[in-house]
Amino acid sequence: MTAPLLQAQNLSVQFGGLRAVNDVSFEVWPHEVFSLIGPNGAGKTTIFNLISSLYQPGGGRVIFQGEAISHLAPYEIARLGIARTFQNIELFEHATVLQNLLVGRHCQRHSSWWQDLLFTPRVRRTELQFRRHAEEVIEFLDLQHYRDSMVANLPYGVRKVVELARALAMQPKLLLLDEPSSGLNVEETEEMGFWIDDIKNDLGITVIMVEHDMGLVSRVSDRVLALNQGEVLALGTAAEVQAHPGVIEAYLGGVDDE
Amino acid sequence: MHFLFRTRYEQDLRLFKHNGQTFWYALLVAALLAAPWLFPDYFVSQLVFIWIYSVVGLGLMLLVGYTGQVSMGHAAFLAMGAYTEAYLQSRGWPFVLSLASAALVSGLTGVVVGLPALRVKGMYLAIATLAFGFIVEEGVTRAEGITGGSSGFSLGSLEIFGLPIDSEQRFYYVSLAILVLCVLGVMNLMRSPTGRAFVAIRDSEISAQSMGINLARYKTIAFSLSAALAGVAGALYAHKLRFLSPDQFTFLQSIELLIMIVIGGLGSIHGAIFGAAFWILAQQFIVTAKDWLPPEIGQQTGLQPTVFGLFLVAFVLFEPLGLYGRWLKIRTFFEIFPFYRKGMFRRQKSYMKSERAK
Repeated sequence: MTAPLLQAQNLSVQFGGLRAVNDVSFEVWPHEVFSLIGPNGAGKTTIFNLISSLYQPGGGRVIFQGEAISHLAPYEIARLGIARTFQNIELFEHATVLQNLLVGRHCQRHSSWWQDLLFTPRVRRTELQFRRHAEEVIEFLDLQHYRDSMVANLPYGVRKVVELARALAMQPKLLLLDEPSSGLNVEETEEMGFWIDDIKNDLGITVIMVEHDMGLVSRVSDRVLALNQGEVLALGTAAEVQAHPGVIEAYLGGVDDE
Repeated sequence: MHFLFRTRYEQDLRLFKHNGQTFWYALLVAALLAAPWLFPDYFVSQLVFIWIYSVVGLGLMLLVGYTGQVSMGHAAFLAMGAYTEAYLQSRGWPFVLSLASAALVSGLTGVVVGLPALRVKGMYLAIATLAFGFIVEEGVTRAEGITGGSSGFSLGSLEIFGLPIDSEQRFYYVSLAILVLCVLGVMNLMRSPTGRAFVAIRDSEISAQSMGINLARYKTIAFSLSAALAGVAGALYAHKLRFLSPDQFTFLQSIELLIMIVIGGLGSIHGAIFGAAFWILAQQFIVTAKDWLPPEIGQQTGLQPTVFGLFLVAFVLFEPLGLYGRWLKIRTFFEIFPFYRKGMFRRQKSYMKSERAK
């Protein structure tokens, strides 16, 4: 029996009087797609921020590959192999798509600033390697003709894909997707679903996904965790959680007799 | 119309993207090398000033244009470089060592100034750097034993490896060589992971962190490299003027440096050089225009800052991309003639970043 890739143990965080996350525990196994669902304000993105170490937990801890990671700085979390996308796209607007992806390779660099200043042969070789890898990601997500476009000129749907591409360029072990299909139309959402499948099956990356589109959640996820007001409501397969009465009342809305 | 057909990744890494570009830059370099033989001394002297201001503009561009930080006290680094060079030269140090030391001293000071940048942003960082500028100015005035204080510091004549640099022409080649080296260094930096990290910090600190970029480290590197470049420019400045005094490195000088790079065009190396060229040429223009203007306007004190302020406002309103942006538009017009359209360089306005986690 393999060990879980990520474990959240009794996570809590409080902002003033508001308990954003209250005693949440879950485990994510390697090569699975794990979804977090719940109404807005349930603490889903907060949990992502706790995993990425952008917030410090008030209680509990996060364990990745058997080691506690909450005390690490966000840039160190990235080096461990955790990549994330953001709900409101945080791309580098005044850089091209290619440059955004190349930043994703940052963790693999070996050169210091003065070697970059002199552009030593080693830096040149690493740059070409990075480029080759970024091109693989571009091909995987069909971004070829946006390669040299400035992100500021791209439409929203394409930016979402570039955000995903940038996270994939990091070659992560764990991918945190924050609302990957928000703002996408039906066709784009389907494409996103196919890509998440490919990420799981072909690239072997574990995915934790915050999502509101229940169709996408049912299609792609192995297990689902439902949250409400910072607390766990239900945990199970997509079908089990969608049938759970507490989840229906708090979030999904059943057949109303009002 | 020029179409760039790329078959290898190396082509994207090259400093000059295609042979046409290499040709024009080679022509430019040839013209610059020939300039001292063709033009009178005064013109060459102005070009030297352009090179010196280009180097400090390059440093400020690295910090403000590429890393998105603020520095309203950059004249202080200029001062540190200038006084270090003057002091070491008076102690008999050879030029190469004293230049390197000027860069080092400024660079280390840059690390110190960068420390507030790790904690504060925007307006507060501006105030912190502003304060630093005043501190250095005051420190230089008080440290009379080393800097000569308000009475100033005179420099002896320059000698490099035993060769006396006593003419405008020789100093022109020295400063041009140093500028070219600095430009190459910054170009290398921007096509490498460090340069991308700078741009990442400018555009989105949060996602830069999530990609593994250590903000503290890269902000410190940006501040110290920017300061080191200003230090090198300061050393050249010291030799150009042959006389230093604290009132050459005031707050107004820092603001003028900022105006220079904004007018030149933020976020590009060309912008630093265009800005410096504009700076010197505009000063010349104002000096000659003074004779043509009616005395009520021409003899006013503060005519120069007023004119520069007006230029800045005009550029911010009508050409935010600066001189380099305008040059790009003109060049693109001719390159893709007759397909140029007015809105080609307009950036799409987007309202997507509503909230940050921190």
